[in-house]
Amino acid sequence: MDLSAINPALLLASLLVAATPILLAGIGELVVERAGVLNLGVEGMMITGAICGFMATILTGSPALGFVFAAMGGAALSLLFALLTQYALANQVASGLALTLFGLGLSSLLGQDYVGLKPPSTPQLDIPLLSDIPVLGTVLFNHDMVVYFGIALVVAVWATLKYSRLGLILRAVGENHDAAHALGYKVVRIRVFAIMFGGACAGLGGAYISLVRVPQWTEGMTAGAGWIALALVVFASWKPWRVLLGAWLFGGINVLQLNLQAAGVAIPVEYLTMSPYIITILVLVIMSADKSRAPASLGRIFHASS
Amino acid sequence: MKLTHLFATAAVALGMATSAIADDKTKVGFVYVGPVGDGGWTYEHNKGRLAVEAEFGDKVETVFVESVPEGADAERVMTQMALQGADLIFTTSFGYMDPTINVAKKFPNVKFEHATGYKTAENVSVYSARFYEGRAIQGHIAGNLTESNIIGYIGSFPIPEVIRGINSAFIHARKVNPDVEFKIVWAYTWFDPAKEADAAKVLIEQGADVILQHTDSTAPLAAAAAAGNVFGFGQASDMAEFKDGPRVSSIIDDWAPYYIARTKAVMDGTWETMSTWDGIGAGMVGIGEITDKVPATVKAEALALKAALADGSYHAFTGPINKQDGSAWLAEGETADDGTLAGMSFYVEGIEGDIPQ
Repeated sequence: MDLSAINPALLLASLLVAATPILLAGIGELVVERAGVLNLGVEGMMITGAICGFMATILTGSPALGFVFAAMGGAALSLLFALLTQYALANQVASGLALTLFGLGLSSLLGQDYVGLKPPSTPQLDIPLLSDIPVLGTVLFNHDMVVYFGIALVVAVWATLKYSRLGLILRAVGENHDAAHALGYKVVRIRVFAIMFGGACAGLGGAYISLVRVPQWTEGMTAGAGWIALALVVFASWKPWRVLLGAWLFGGINVLQLNLQAAGVAIPVEYLTMSPYIITILVLVIMSADKSRAPASLGRIFHASS
Repeated sequence: MKLTHLFATAAVALGMATSAIADDKTKVGFVYVGPVGDGGWTYEHNKGRLAVEAEFGDKVETVFVESVPEGADAERVMTQMALQGADLIFTTSFGYMDPTINVAKKFPNVKFEHATGYKTAENVSVYSARFYEGRAIQGHIAGNLTESNIIGYIGSFPIPEVIRGINSAFIHARKVNPDVEFKIVWAYTWFDPAKEADAAKVLIEQGADVILQHTDSTAPLAAAAAAGNVFGFGQASDMAEFKDGPRVSSIIDDWAPYYIARTKAVMDGTWETMSTWDGIGAGMVGIGEITDKVPATVKAEALALKAALADGSYHAFTGPINKQDGSAWLAEGETADDGTLAGMSFYVEGIEGDIPQ
């Protein structure tokens, strides 16, 4: 055993990278759930974003465009969910699960010709002076744009939900859609936009895996990250800052696990793999005593006539 | 295309499918653990399948199912293949061992071939390649190339095949570089690019400047390329697309001759249960081009080692070799027997850490 082999700065830096896909998908799902919609299709939207982004990057040669297309791909798929649940009034849980299965199949169909290709690398954002600071530089200032974008997005979502009129309306729709409707807000329209935002974020998260973290395309490559993102929202008890914290925690577990192995500490991998879910269950138990709770209209179907 | 036309085509195709059985074509099935596009292990098995088709043309029909999990699902896939009239089924991963035996019991007239396992039956053969011979050459090159004296090794599952590879690489790396150390990470997957990439990154962060992998995707090479100044090897396939980057050589599995021979045996009715374990000499294990990043003298030594392994004048496990706990395993000049190698479950002396149970 040689723990000194683990460089804490590098560990923290790779933790930030490992957390980014679930952070993006998680913050998107948080907005969806705060609007009162439960979309279990995160995994499907992520993998669709992963292949859309990958295809666009290969075709255009620009990772930035790739991320744009990934967001559009994820949002497009989420529209299907919006159509089913908001207009056809289908069950949200079933529709979400269907969306995941559909996304997995669709992505492997789209990706047939893209196996084994190498995308152009996403440029690292080297901030001249800051990235040279010994430890802090490595941890904080030596990443690609998307890592910072993810954190900025958390700040933006938090500020919007807490301080803006838009955030207030979104929360009202999520807490009591009948009241919001009575006040004249377009419940369905607001929810559709929230769902699309969630889809776009999940798509970005997926593309981060296929373009930066691996980077290549293989079927089923998100490997359950979407489910972790869902657990993350519950873990965070629907608060943006806790999503950030949880993403670091959940993302960090895998990196830490590999680091410990390489340093010679034998830890049964199974325990660490299930730990995000166990933590989520624990949080749910603790939360039942806490005043923070799920949005009141979460998962309920809204129709103006009822 | 009109819908009626589509139906007509489907009907014709259906007719052809039924007549195919009547035609007495030999039907060969392949069960793959990863996607055929993994660029490694499954990719090479699929190349073998295509070689069978090219060799026998109209006389064979091949089918394959990719990304089949190792477990109960594999049994379902094999049963399905056998029910659809397959005469010969190749199951191409270690974890298919028990499912293969179980399904083979139910279909005594179907021949099964299981890769890298050790359980045979009346209608089940096993075949594998002596990858450890290739690992010896990798170890030799890696031991020479490393400057940090730390070599990272991404293992899949702690099974004899993988442990053999680690030992062989380690012995030959130590031979040329007594200070060399192995850092071993178990990924518990044959194929999960994100996890393999993470594992490679962790090893590089902990000082490894040569990465050996026993997982099937090209992700570790991509991670090595991103890190820069790190060397790696193609695994199971040449992975030549990384030649300008980290890849300095590779182990290539060449299954085609074996698949063709076994299909022929089924056609001729001469198929018998066998245990095949071929290495560099028989051509089942190939060594990919050693690039110019390897110094010329090292390259010459590596090629000499390859020649000696091929003609049998040198065995990759030649004593004196002690086990990890210091107890003697092979005496001076003694070589390992196949039985011990097939069930190898210990590290040799000098490797740190325990094999997970």
